Order: sequence, then C-alpha cells, then structure tokens
Amino acid sequence: MRSRRNIFEDIDWITVFIYTILAFFGWVCIYSATFSDANIGLGLTQTNHGKQMLFMIISSIVAIAILFLDHRFFETLAYGVYGLGLALLLLVLVFGSEIKGAQSWFVMGPISFQPSEIAKYGTALALAKFISANHNTFNTFQTRLKAAAIICMPAALIMLQPDVGSMLVFTALSIVLYREGLSGWFFVLGFIAIILFISALYLKQYEWVIFGTLIKGKVAFITFMVLLSSFTYYIFRKAKGSLLIISGALVAMLGFFLSVDYVFDNVLKIHHQNRINELLGIVSDPKGAGYNVHQSMIAFGSGGFSGRGFLEGTQTQLKYVPEQFTDFIFSTLGEEWGFLGTFLVISLFVFLMARIIWLSEKQRSVFTRIYGYSVASIFFIHFAINIGMTIGLAPVIGIPLPFFSYGGSSLLSFTLLLFTFIKLDSERKFVLR
Amino acid sequence: MNNLENRKLIVISVFIVIGLIFSLRLFYIQVIDDSYSSSADNQALRFVTKYPARGIIYDREGEILVHNQAAFDLMVIPRQVKNIDTFGFCELLHIDTAEFNLRLKKARSYSSYRESVFQKQLTADEYAIIAENLYRFPGFYGQKRSLRLYPDSTAAHVLGYIGEVGARDLERDSFYRSGDFIGIGGLEREYEKFLRGKRGLEVLMVDKYGMVQDHHSNGDLNREAEAGMDLVSTIDIKLQKYGERLMINKKGSIVAIEPSTGEVLCLISAPSYDPNLLVGVKRASNYALLAADDSLVPLFNRALMAKYPPGSIFKIIQTLIALQDGVININTGITCNKALVGCHNHPSATNIKEAIQMSCNPYFHQVFKRLINKGYSKNYFEDSALGLDEWSKKVDAFGLGKRLALDLPNLKAGSIPDVSLYDRIYGHNRWAFSTIYSVSIGQGEVEVVPLQMANLAATIANRGYYNDPHLIKSMHGSYDTTLQVNRHSTHIDAQYYEPIIEAMNWVVEKPGGTARRAKIDGIEVCGKTGTAENPHGEDHSVFIAFAPKDNPKIAIAVYVENAGFGGTWAAPIASLMMEKYIKGNIADTLKEQRILEANLLDVKVEK
Repeated sequence: MRSRRNIFEDIDWITVFIYTILAFFGWVCIYSATFSDANIGLGLTQTNHGKQMLFMIISSIVAIAILFLDHRFFETLAYGVYGLGLALLLLVLVFGSEIKGAQSWFVMGPISFQPSEIAKYGTALALAKFISANHNTFNTFQTRLKAAAIICMPAALIMLQPDVGSMLVFTALSIVLYREGLSGWFFVLGFIAIILFISALYLKQYEWVIFGTLIKGKVAFITFMVLLSSFTYYIFRKAKGSLLIISGALVAMLGFFLSVDYVFDNVLKIHHQNRINELLGIVSDPKGAGYNVHQSMIAFGSGGFSGRGFLEGTQTQLKYVPEQFTDFIFSTLGEEWGFLGTFLVISLFVFLMARIIWLSEKQRSVFTRIYGYSVASIFFIHFAINIGMTIGLAPVIGIPLPFFSYGGSSLLSFTLLLFTFIKLDSERKFVLR
Repeated sequence: MNNLENRKLIVISVFIVIGLIFSLRLFYIQVIDDSYSSSADNQALRFVTKYPARGIIYDREGEILVHNQAAFDLMVIPRQVKNIDTFGFCELLHIDTAEFNLRLKKARSYSSYRESVFQKQLTADEYAIIAENLYRFPGFYGQKRSLRLYPDSTAAHVLGYIGEVGARDLERDSFYRSGDFIGIGGLEREYEKFLRGKRGLEVLMVDKYGMVQDHHSNGDLNREAEAGMDLVSTIDIKLQKYGERLMINKKGSIVAIEPSTGEVLCLISAPSYDPNLLVGVKRASNYALLAADDSLVPLFNRALMAKYPPGSIFKIIQTLIALQDGVININTGITCNKALVGCHNHPSATNIKEAIQMSCNPYFHQVFKRLINKGYSKNYFEDSALGLDEWSKKVDAFGLGKRLALDLPNLKAGSIPDVSLYDRIYGHNRWAFSTIYSVSIGQGEVEVVPLQMANLAATIANRGYYNDPHLIKSMHGSYDTTLQVNRHSTHIDAQYYEPIIEAMNWVVEKPGGTARRAKIDGIEVCGKTGTAENPHGEDHSVFIAFAPKDNPKIAIAVYVENAGFGGTWAAPIASLMMEKYIKGNIADTLKEQRILEANLLDVKVEK
C-alpha cells in the first residue's frame, strides 16, 4: 500500500470540468426559467435560482469531502447504504408526503428529500460489491438472480409509491449486468417486447376493407405473424426442434401482443395512457395531455440555430412551458441557446458517460469498474428519458436531467454518484486487482 | 471473459447513437422545420380586458339621464417596444421625450411582460388619430374603456359620479382590479353592484410585431363582458331641469314626490354643477375646484344633508297629534297671548283651521303644553318627560328624526328631541315643558332635512301615510326587477287630516293666507309656509305644498336660503314647479320671470 498523498493528484479533471460546466449551464437556465421582474432584489433563499446556488455550494462541499474519504470506505459501507436506502423506502410509504401523486418524499420543515436518491446510490454500491465478490461465479444462474434481486428490491418498493420515473432508473442497471456477462439477447427480447407493445396500441385504430371484407388492424397483424412464422419454419424446417422453438415463440409473442390492451387499460393509470397515446401520435391533444410537450417543442423551435439569447426566450419568459425549471429545463436551454446550446450539452453528456465507461474499463478493481458502469447507466437513463421527453421522443416521465434540473436532492445525489466514482478512479494505480 | 471488455464499445455506441438521434431531432425542430418557431412568434399572448358598458340611467319617461361614451386607454407592453420612432410617437401624443421615457420606465418597473396604462382615457377622437399610426409602434395598443356622459348636464347630485377604484375598495372587494371604475356618489354609488356589470376577457395571440393573429385556443378562453343593469329613475327630467333653472342664483333645494307612490320627481340642490365636469381625466382637477368653493359649496347636497328647523310647518304635526290624542278638537279656540311666545298681529284663532291659516304661535304653545303635560305624574318634571316620550314617538312616525329609506348615500336623519336628549342637555328631571316650549313652533332642537319636509307634504296629501321615497323604480338587464317600497302609517286617523288640508288650502287661496303667491289658476293648491330661523343671517324661506287638493299628483318642499319669509320666494317657486308638472306649461309668465331674474345669493346679513 501507499502512504498518504495529495488527494487531488490523479483526479480525472476532465470529468470534474464537464460536471462543473453542466451544473453552471443548468443554473443559468434555471435563472432564466424562473426569472421575473418581481424577483429582483430578493434574498438567496427566496428565489429558485438562489436556492439552486445554495445547493451547488453544498454539493461542492460534499464532493470535496468525498475526495478526503478512504476508497475502502465505499466498499465497506456498500451494503450499509443499500440497507439504509431500502429502510427509507419502506418508511416513506408510511411517513412520506405525497407530491404529484406519489408518496416519495420526506418533508421535514424546510428540508425535503427523496429516499429513492439514496437507494440509487446504495444499489450502485451494493451491486458493485456483490458482483466483485462473486465475480468468478457470475456465469451461474443463481448469482445472476441474486444480482437481479439487488436491483429489483428497491425498484419494487418505489413502484409502490408509485414513482414510475425513479423505478425506470433501476432498469438501466441491466447495462451493468450486460457488461458482466448477461446475454445481449435479453435486450433484443426487450426491444421486441417494446415493438409489440407499440404495434398493439398503434394497430388498434386501423381497419381496412380488402376484397369486400372488413379487416381490423390487429387481425392483420396476427395473420402476418403466423405467415412470417410459417415462412421462418419453412427455411429452418430441417433444423432439429425448429418447429417447437418457432411455434413456442409465436405463441409467446401473440400472447404478449393480445395482453397489451388489457395491461394498458387496466394496469396503467389514465395519465400514463394519455402520455403514451400522445407520444405515439394516436391522440393529439396539444391543449391537454400533450400541452407540456407541445409548448416545449415550440420553445425549441423558437430558439432556432443560435438561440434567442439569455432572458430573451418568449416561451420561457412568458412561462408557457409548465415545469420548465425542473423536468423541462432542457427546453429553456433550447430556446435561449439554440441548437448550438443543445448540441453542446448533448455532446458533453455523451462524452461524460462514455468517459466514465472508458475509465471504468481501465480499473484494476472490479468494484470500481462495476460501480462506474452503474453511474454511467444511471446518468444515461436520466439523459435519454428526460431529453427524449422534452423533444417528443419519449413519454412524459418526471425524472430530472442530471446537474441541470432544479432540485437539491437530485443535484446532491448525482454529485455523490459521480464524485464517488472520481474518488475510486483516482486510486486506480494503488489498488490491487 | 476477456471479450466482455469489448462490450464497452457497444455500450458507448449506444450512448453515441442516442446522442445522435437527439441531435438530429433537435436539428430538425430547431433549424429545418420552422413551424415551431413561427408558433412561438404567434403565441405571444395579450390579455385584453373587456370592460363592460356601465348601466344607463333613464328618467321616468325613458329619457336618458346618463349613458356612456367611448374612451381609450393607451396600453404598453415595455418588452415589445423596440426600435420605435420615439419622436414621432411623442408628437402624436403631445408629450416630450423625457415624459415618454419616464412613463416607459414606470411601466417597466411594474413589469416588462405585462401591460400597463401609458395614457389614460383618450377620447374617441384623440384615439382615432393615434390608432391609425399604431402599427409603427409595436408594444402599444388601445384598450377600450367607457366614460359617463350626461346629455342634459342635469341632476348631478342625484346621479353622483364614478372614478377609479382606490386602495380601500381594492382591498375590500376582490371584484375590482386597479384601473376599474366605481360609483363614488349618488345613484352611481348606491346601485354600483347593478350598474357595474362584469368584466370580460379576450385572450389574443399576437406576433412579434404586436399584430393580432388570432384568438388563443379558438377563443375558448374568452369571456364576454356583461353589461351593467339599466336603471329607470323616478326623476322627471323636465321638472328637474326646470327646477334647476329656477334655482339659478339661489341657495337651497327643491324636493318633489308623487304622494301615491313615494317616487321622487325631482331632487334639486342649488347651487349645482355640471356632472360632465366630473368625467375622465379632468375629474380630479375639477373636483378640487368645486370642493374649494366654500361660499357656494356646490358639492354639498342640501336636499339630503342641510338641516334646518322646520319652523311653522311643524305646527301641522302638532295639530295632528293633538287631535288624535284628543287634547284639542277642531273647534278649540285659544287666545293669542303674546306673553307666552311672540306672534304677529292677527285676531285670535277660534278653531284649528284659523290657527294654522294664521300660524298663531301662542296657540301651538298651548297645544304642545297639553301634549306634554298630560298629568301622568304629579311631579311636573316627570310628567313632562312622560309626555315628551309619548310625543316624540308619534312625531317619528312622520319619518322625522330618522333616515328615510331613500336610495342615496349620505342622507341625514335630522333630529326630533326626546327624553334622552334633554336629559343629556339639562340633566334628569331638570327640565320641563317651560324649558322646551320652543319645540311647539318648530324651533329649538327640532331639525329636518328638505327631503323630510317633502315627505311630510306627501304624507298630508295621502291623509296619513307615506311610501318610502325612492329614486329608482325598476332595473333591466340580465334580469328585470321592480323595486319594492314600504308604506308607513302615521297612526293618525284620516279624518283629522281634512281640517288641516282645508286650512292649508286657505293658506294659498284665502285673502290673508300666508302663501297667496302659490296660487295656481285652475288647481287647488294646499300649502304651508315656514321660516327657518338662521342664527347666521337672514332666515330661510320654506314652503311645503301639494296639489291638487283632491287626488294629489305632487307634493313638494322648497327651501330658499337667506330669503326671509316663506311666502315671498319659496311659495312661488313651489307653485311654478307644481304647475309645470301638472299642466306642462306656465300660465303666469310674470311670476316665472320674477323668480328667474332674482339673485338671492348676496342678501345682506342684517342680524
């Protein structure tokens, strides 16, 4: 082992730099989105941008504090943090406050936070610890099941709140499992499921008259699937067991396809149904369910190539976009900084995530690598869903854009996630494999 | 397991692909497709308040007393004011650039994004010139308002006026927004809730040049303004105007009531003012001018607020109560003993009619004494108190000593002395009839306002009851309604009114009557003069009357300040008014001429 050295040595300054730029850019957008003439002259804690500034200062202090900790601290406390996260998720179901339809917040006077943020951090640590400890047996079903359980337990508790957005964040951790050996076919299956789901919803509205008979969209689809399966079987008819596999796949797919309607109508809530219908273009209601996205898109359009300039966006300043300083903050960037701004920020995010993956692969410590993948995955799902929703490519799911969206709880949690990785990474030369 | 390391490439590729998809999508929305950006330009919203038309007030014949004229507020949204020809704009508005900058700065300090008033209440003509050029000045637009217009410049004290709401009203009633109008005086204030109507809203989409593109959400958010209710007044505009003409160069008031209904036919306070002076931007300065005139006090509504002693007219009430109580009868004669109280020279009255006709003071001194000292108690003081208590309640039944239910604000109650008043002045059991006898002839602590005297005339005309005097008959608009009036009895039998009415007829008709000047050819007039003692100068001339004697159409009270004896000025004015109302024209033009030419403002103070 080594002796105590300057903790700022070996830090990946590029990552720190990108983090700083994103947080600062985010703050500028929050300032603009919540700007009002009436705000001028108010104190730090009276305006949202003032509060965000406070959160940024607190986050920097936390970031520096993490760098002072010993890297073994995280590995040692991994299950502890995970357990704490689970306990808080249970407690919030009893003592939590309901905000926007989900019982997911602890409110204590002026301070409020979401335990799911701690659970995210804890799950990333626990997953890293568990897989690194059982690295040699990760090819067994049993170990993989346990790893999956680590991810699913907090996700299930969050589903009880119910907070779909935070729950979805946990699904991103399957990327970690993929890196550690999970077959890529799982993702292909997931992809097929999504295609079937969309097709089922989409085809419901169509019917054609062919040769004088009314053919409904769904019937046409089933016919098509049966024909496709028969054709596939015809090609592979000589392969052993192909009939069983293909007919099994067909039955499974048709079963899934036919159950979509039921699940959609009975399991999903009305507002989720509306958002999905809106996204797929099945329903267009720019004044109702689609209002948010519609106004957000107008904000992007209003920005054009180079943007309207700071505090000059009409959509932003006239407050057309609801939730613009939180979940829809990216539209503020789009309107006031234009395509140049959005492209820059997207590039920074992609670069940051890719860099974390890249650095993770350079680790000698399996723990650090898996943790790094977890962090990148979590950032990725936030990035993909949040930006996707503001530009009409993903359903409206309320999860924040890392470092950008207003909110102390999320900024602190993203800082914690990232700086723990930066700390672990800075030790890579000194950690034995 | 080594090949797993390469999975990082797949993961990173996924990140990059998603990033690329987002970038392409954004490039499409932000750079290629301009439908979104034009939506943004088209959806700057303008919330235009639609001000309701304030209710119109008509006279009893359907003539307009007050209605509305269009006016415009020039509004500004500071943020949208960019690169305009400031000099040209200032020229249009007749202001200098310093003023322009000052107003724009003030508007901006309120909000850059929301509208402020740049110039208030431009007339339709003024605005027309500006409107033609507004396209050159983005950020400015006209907001339609309406101001009051009084086509006959009459009945200022009745109608009142409106003005912008003050801080107190805004706090008290959430209906109002800054810049709204509210009734401040008269009927405008009394019927504010009905006249004001309901604000509407128009949500317009304007482009970046401030040009209106469309209604937002297909007009779903628009709300039509709801016009205020129209009021039908009881005022007869011809009579009101005629009375105002007669009262030129005089101080005083005329109130006329239709006895059978309580409808106020005219309500005049002189000197008056032109109600059009208190309209729009010039209201504040004109109001200050009117308020500063402390010799004529034109804003003071004498008909409702000036308190005078009723003088001899009060003797009618004394008589009625005494007859009802049985302390005298029609044929009671009392010597005119000038030792009791002063009187003019006349033969002693041998019955009640003569007493009223000659207005004998000692007669009523004795009548009042009988009313006060009824022998309820052996103690002279207690007896007086018991008697006065009974008496003052009976006087109250004539609508005296309390506010009548007239639908105008600031009405005074006057005063009828009661036991508690004298106890306060002199102390309990420290006063008796001999202390308060001047009340017998309507002097002392008795005070009435002209409206109450007109109401008394109506009560006598009705032989014993009155309907609440009122100025509004019915309302029309989102619903129609007729206003209810209450009838009040004096609890004095109609038979006792007959001798009094007879006597009042003699006052006008018989030689030696005090109001011969009130005679009208062909109409039997009943009246009573009074002289309200004025400690500050010449006495006030008072006359109440009604006509015709049978089936009366009009009851009236006329006060002319500092004009001395009631028969000289008040009586002829009353007769002209009644003739005008009943016949429509005046036969005796000499009488009319005399009144119109009289200037009683500068009567010398002799006392």
